[in-house]
Amino acid sequence: MGDYPSRSTNATAGGSGMPGRHVRSAGNGVSPRSYEEPPLGGGGALPKKARFSMESGFRGLSLAAGLMVLVIIVAIAIFLISKAVPAINADKSNFLTTKDWFPNDASPHFGIAALAFGTVLTAVIALIVAVPIALGIALFLSHYAPKSLATPLGFVMDLLAAVPSVVFGLWGRDLFQNPVRDFSVWLNHYFHWIPLFGGDGPFGQSILLGSLVLAIMVLPIVTSLSREVFQQTPAMNEEAALALGATKWEMVRTAVLPYGKPGVIAAVMLGLGRALGETIALALTLGITFNVSFNLIQAGGNSIAANIANTFGEANDVGRGALIASGLVLFVITLVVNMTARAIIYRRREFRDSAA
Amino acid sequence: MTTLENQMPDVVMTADHIRTKKLPVVADLAIAVVALIVAGAIVFGTGIGNWVLALVLGLVLYLVGLNIAAGRVEGRRAARNRMWRAAIYVACLLAVIPLASVAWTLISKGSSRLDGDFFNASMNNIGARDAGGGAYHAIIGTLEQVGIATVLAVPLGVLGAIYIVEYGRGKLTATIRFFVDVMTGVPSIVAGLFVLSFWVLIVSPWFNHGTPRFSGFAAALALTVLMLPTIVRSTEEMLRLVPGPLREGSYALGVPKWKTITRIVLPTALPGIVTGVMLAVARAAGETAPVLLVAGGADAINFNAFSGNQSSLALFVYQQAGSASKYAPDRAWTAALTLVAIVLILTIAAKLLARRNRLSR
Repeated sequence: MGDYPSRSTNATAGGSGMPGRHVRSAGNGVSPRSYEEPPLGGGGALPKKARFSMESGFRGLSLAAGLMVLVIIVAIAIFLISKAVPAINADKSNFLTTKDWFPNDASPHFGIAALAFGTVLTAVIALIVAVPIALGIALFLSHYAPKSLATPLGFVMDLLAAVPSVVFGLWGRDLFQNPVRDFSVWLNHYFHWIPLFGGDGPFGQSILLGSLVLAIMVLPIVTSLSREVFQQTPAMNEEAALALGATKWEMVRTAVLPYGKPGVIAAVMLGLGRALGETIALALTLGITFNVSFNLIQAGGNSIAANIANTFGEANDVGRGALIASGLVLFVITLVVNMTARAIIYRRREFRDSAA
Repeated sequence: MTTLENQMPDVVMTADHIRTKKLPVVADLAIAVVALIVAGAIVFGTGIGNWVLALVLGLVLYLVGLNIAAGRVEGRRAARNRMWRAAIYVACLLAVIPLASVAWTLISKGSSRLDGDFFNASMNNIGARDAGGGAYHAIIGTLEQVGIATVLAVPLGVLGAIYIVEYGRGKLTATIRFFVDVMTGVPSIVAGLFVLSFWVLIVSPWFNHGTPRFSGFAAALALTVLMLPTIVRSTEEMLRLVPGPLREGSYALGVPKWKTITRIVLPTALPGIVTGVMLAVARAAGETAPVLLVAGGADAINFNAFSGNQSSLALFVYQQAGSASKYAPDRAWTAALTLVAIVLILTIAAKLLARRNRLSR
């Protein structure tokens, strides 16, 4: 009976040779098993799974850390809503359709319309400018440049993604504004019959300036993500295209681009998410106005995030709530964009680990 | 008689016939020069723009001319190939110009206040008409906030990644992974608003006799929210690269799972994890929006992150950029240069570390 080994550390309560008694030692996870009958194959040697051990403790700790992410996302939504609802209730006009922003008045009236419009407009224009250039650079780095050039250039691109947005904002306001103003004046002079470039000034701190700065900022992100996708194109596909007599561009068009399409779409969506949430660069470069207008070059434009940064300082209680409400709208917009992007990435398992 | 000779008796197999014709480089250059001259003549002749327009127009003419010329000599497909290659090169040049301008402005404008005073003085009692002043308080703020955020985010992030890679099975893990990815895209200003409504407006009154209080710690919390998903992602990637046989060897020796993870898996992946953390720290150091919302921004030196307003380098840049003082732009640019230097040093160090990592992909 007692001829199978026991790992009991408690000699007096001893597991060996004493079947039928439940014993639990104080060891960490190594407690003797006792059975009415010894199990087959001497399995009694295996430690019983303790209820509390380092193993389960560590597992629980890591589970808690993992769940923390979900908790934070939910908490963001809950706390933003809890502060936004009182402010929206105090709003004397419709929050979704009003263009003005006077939350600090005695009878506060404010709405998200102009801000949401400006946010989406600047982000979309920025992407229209940035994406073709970013794809060009990505193709250059992955397929056209010699390796001795591609490696350092890719490194520089990664560095640029790390440059803080306030630096781009400062550059856009202090330096880039003058060329853009000249360009705006020129556009207005020759193309004022197009509504986008109409108006009669002043020019300068306009949606065009904000979008261009934004475009420069999302460029490195879109570039590095799509470059990684392009580099993952199976060499087999490329070689097959070349072997069939395709020129380099035809190879890129028939092998690289179709393969990378989902990844590129995801990269663009992620860039869009970044552009939508960009704060300081737009706060410094847009000429804060509250209207809905497609005019790109006249001074004006605003975005949710830029408005928060600009008016937070003088906001009272309702004003703060109103800003939080606008932040909630931004959160929902970016959440939708990001979840779409991620869903696209997840459909193609190959890209799972490439997107940062 | 071969099929070729049979079908096309007049084709002689000489080198000229076998090789495709190529547009000589000289012709390429000539087209470029002609395009530029024509563009210059059009633009300055009619007076519709300056040299930038001439350059752009010249570029367009060059692409069109190249397409036509190459189409004549090399055929349509080769011409299209040429044109797209040129377009891709142009895209690269186009991107380099603004980025070079940013770098040049940073260095030329930023070096104007790069003196001892800047790193040893705060903005306390510096009025709009006073020169001098510095970013000492802001540098302290950045270091403390990012430090606290790192202390909070690294254990959480690494443990979360361990759960995903080592323990996670099924739907819950997939959900966590998905939301980690989604959280990477949460705008920094939203993270700031979250901490504002959660910590500053609801929790901090408990510690401060009922009045809300800005603090550096609140900023650190916001930065934690921003750093956490980045750290989870990079750590997760690194843990996945640890070879399975290492784990199996450990299990075979009877080592429990938690000990295998802490003694075998984590040390193996450590360089990669450190790289990810450094990249996250670099990004957090450059964040302005959350600090603006919850740290309050102070002019004086405040070492205590838990009480009283604090500034940060990024916030200092933003405040000086908005200031009307004629000395403010210099301060803003020098602070921006300092910030970029800190961020880039961290990033470069992280990348170099990644290069030495044996587990690299």
